[in-house]
Amino acid sequence: MSLGYPILSTLIWLPIIAGLIVLFAGRNNPEFAKWFSLGAAVLTFLLSLPLYVAFDTTTSAMQFVERASWIPQYNIEYFLGVDGLSMPLVLLTTFTQVLVIASAWTVIKDRVEQYMGAFMIMQGLMIGVFVALDSILFYVFWEALLIPMFIVIGKWGGPKRVYATLKFFLYTFMGSVFMLVAFLYMYFQSGSFSILDFHAMPIGMTAQILIFLAFLIAFAVKIPMFPVHTWLPDAHVEAPTAGSVVLAAIMLKMGGYGFVRFSLPITPDASMTLDWLIIALSLIAIVYIAFVALIQSDMKKLVAYSSIAHMGFVTLGLFLVYSIVSKTGDVQGAALGMEGAMVQMISHGFISGAMFLAIGVLYDRMHTREIGAYGGVVNSMPWFGFFAVLFAMANAGLPGTSGFVGEFMVILSSFKANVWFGVLAATTLIVGAAYTLWMIKRVIFGSVANEEVAKLQDLNRREFAIMATLAFVIILLGVWPNPLLEVMHSSVDNLLIQATTSKL
Amino acid sequence: MNFVIPDFMPAIPEIVLLTLASFILIADTMWSKRFVNATYYATQFTLFLVGILILISFTTAPVVTFDQSFVRDAFADVLKIFIVIVSLGVFLFSREYLKQNDFYKGEFFTLGLFAILGMFVMVSAYNFITLFVGLEIMSLAMYAMIAMQRDSSKATEAAIKYFVLGALATGLLLYGLSMIYGATGSLTIPEVKSIVESGKADSVVLAFGVVFIVIGLGFKLGAVPFHMWVPDVYHGSPTAVTLFIGAAPKIAAFAIVYRLLVDGVPGLVLDWQPLLIIMAVLSMVVGTVIAIAQTNFKRLLAYSGIAHIGFLLLGFIAATPEGYSAAMFYVLVYALTSVAAFGMIITLARTGFEFDEIKDFKGLNQRNPWLAAMMLIIMFSMAGIPPFIGFYAKVVVLQEVITAGFVWLAIVGVVTAVAGAFYYLRVVKVMYFDSSPVDGELKATTKEMAAGVSVFSLALLVLGLMPAWLMSVAYNSLLA
Repeated sequence: MSLGYPILSTLIWLPIIAGLIVLFAGRNNPEFAKWFSLGAAVLTFLLSLPLYVAFDTTTSAMQFVERASWIPQYNIEYFLGVDGLSMPLVLLTTFTQVLVIASAWTVIKDRVEQYMGAFMIMQGLMIGVFVALDSILFYVFWEALLIPMFIVIGKWGGPKRVYATLKFFLYTFMGSVFMLVAFLYMYFQSGSFSILDFHAMPIGMTAQILIFLAFLIAFAVKIPMFPVHTWLPDAHVEAPTAGSVVLAAIMLKMGGYGFVRFSLPITPDASMTLDWLIIALSLIAIVYIAFVALIQSDMKKLVAYSSIAHMGFVTLGLFLVYSIVSKTGDVQGAALGMEGAMVQMISHGFISGAMFLAIGVLYDRMHTREIGAYGGVVNSMPWFGFFAVLFAMANAGLPGTSGFVGEFMVILSSFKANVWFGVLAATTLIVGAAYTLWMIKRVIFGSVANEEVAKLQDLNRREFAIMATLAFVIILLGVWPNPLLEVMHSSVDNLLIQATTSKL
Repeated sequence: MNFVIPDFMPAIPEIVLLTLASFILIADTMWSKRFVNATYYATQFTLFLVGILILISFTTAPVVTFDQSFVRDAFADVLKIFIVIVSLGVFLFSREYLKQNDFYKGEFFTLGLFAILGMFVMVSAYNFITLFVGLEIMSLAMYAMIAMQRDSSKATEAAIKYFVLGALATGLLLYGLSMIYGATGSLTIPEVKSIVESGKADSVVLAFGVVFIVIGLGFKLGAVPFHMWVPDVYHGSPTAVTLFIGAAPKIAAFAIVYRLLVDGVPGLVLDWQPLLIIMAVLSMVVGTVIAIAQTNFKRLLAYSGIAHIGFLLLGFIAATPEGYSAAMFYVLVYALTSVAAFGMIITLARTGFEFDEIKDFKGLNQRNPWLAAMMLIIMFSMAGIPPFIGFYAKVVVLQEVITAGFVWLAIVGVVTAVAGAFYYLRVVKVMYFDSSPVDGELKATTKEMAAGVSVFSLALLVLGLMPAWLMSVAYNSLLA
């Protein structure tokens, strides 16, 4: 499938160039910086829609492919393309970006052009990560992304931002370099850096295990999995609202994307041998981290921990494949888990983004995220209360919201793999509901806590528009997930075949 | 024996350089009173001219002249062009610094030119004598440059350290060369190579010779455990001199390692490879770990330079043509980055204020966002983070050691790279997240310096987006 113009390159470079223009031309002119960034973000989103419309759902092959030689000495290419696994993530990125830019409108006052520029550049790099089909190109986008995020958290973050941003950078950088070594090793074996060639090459068992572990470190840090998750709450708490949204909605997805693009198809045998490890860590994340979330007194930290638990569903859904196939031979059940994981990623992007934006709205007014400082917010902010409750329900996985679809699919397939997996995974429905609703009860309902809360202004038009858009999408995907499932279907089936075919 | 007039053409750049340097040396005594900048402009013109001369007569096929003692090949030409580019930057940054610190003397530039001549001779050496002469021309000029600031006890100390340890290294190198000569009976590099490969030479003597050569080269490169002089000399020298010794001589040192070990005794690879492995691992680990504790930016760059040398050696350890070209790529990238980093210090320095402590960079983003952005590029490139060229430099050497079967060395490399990222990040941190004790815009010393530092920094980004060009330069010059 292809369009009249190089759509993927446009989606990468348009925001980056816009970001650079904002950086240079927006100095001493914050209004220009904001409007130009918003314009570029909207334009990028509109330009990304043809990706969905023209997408061929019948094939698992890469579409909209662009390919050119980049570093011929090492056979490194500028090689882009999307399939059903990456295309929804690209749309998620372009969609979220518009809200991210809009959410910072009145909040950021210091060096607006650097802030907006950093987010625009980040957008281009994130899209690059999802569409790159050459591993070095992928790595370049993947790592370059750390730089603007490092600056954003460190410059516009909370009081402990420097500690948090250094931790964020070093954790994720450390995770990634092992992935680089794995890429270099595979190049040495295959003579190419193309990810598709990696998919096709046979690899011995020892090498597979080592490559798998290298990938695991990289993606586990990014997604993040227990026990390398500790940077995430720190980064979230200190990051400005838009930074948290980008982190939760998109950057975490890069870890999940890594598992489906690299770990499962490249090292299927190692994945099969070590699936217990991932499943165990995922279940710990789902159960233990959910309990950790329960005791948080900081709203952002609570949502950050709940993100880790939700990402546990993603890894669980992906790696259940082997237990299901070997136990029951039920390929359809395995596909259900994988699709559930993919849906969970997209839906979590919207829901966590919405939660962080909602917390940001409160923070802008009260400059605190302590749950104890609030109470009875709904009395002064009825519209806000409405949206906050809706997002919280979605976060808890209420049927009718997008949060339900993914979790339900993963839980269903985990029962097929092992009853205990299913039981443990299902506890999150209870604990998740508990921590989310308890937070809502303490913040939104009850009697008005203090005078400051009583004087709160309800959402302005800009905030209302952002919240309403997210609410619309979350409900739409909840009641009618088919448009999303449809585009993924062939690619998930193909991934399943790759993941279950031995490469020895 | 008939005397044959040698072919002077291949050495035209060196001859022009020597002639003009000598002319400037004499002329400087006459015009320096009346025209303050004359020597500076004459020096830059000379370098520019020499660069153009090399470019227009670029050789692809090797030409040997002066009775088998001087070679001109693509390898030499590429390295010389980069020495010229780096030196042009060095002199551009130095002038204002020297003026401000009250030791603006024409000798700085003439000594610099002679040092560059020495580097040229090293790069083009085809026998041990030429190589040694080149090394000494360069070293002597540099001893004098470090000692030029007579009133500074730090500079004097640095000069003595550099001189004593440099002389020791030279002695060891010479000792090793004489052993090789003793075993093979030849001083010409290709002859030594063929005699060693024929197996007629005494292998014990050769092995000892190689050990001494490697130790001598280790000193010159500043590789651990022969690195002790590096931080003190970098820190103690006036920044303009640190800039000079931190960049171009690394290219020349790379050249002699290549000429001696790879062109000269490739047959003894099993003798020198383990030594280089030890030096590389130690350099990466020690350089990185000690750099973390530094508060002075020049010392930080000195230790990080040691770690970079460790990475560079990885390319030699691979012991393949691709490995050597990866090492060459690495040294070119390092030299460019190094000029940018030291150039940045000089660009921000003021009279009596060296701007060489990391804390001096506090709040640079508030005071001068453009230069802060340039510094960000330099630091991330040094840390090896894409999309800057420093990333590809690391990737190619790692790729070559993995291909050579040393996966564990690559792992050591990436682990030290992660640890190293910490101190580069710290510089970015103080620039962007800390607030400056002083307010107000911090302007570059001169517009030319700001432009110069921007050109070098942006080159790191542009080359990083299109790394194929520089890679193919390194690759083709070695395989031609």
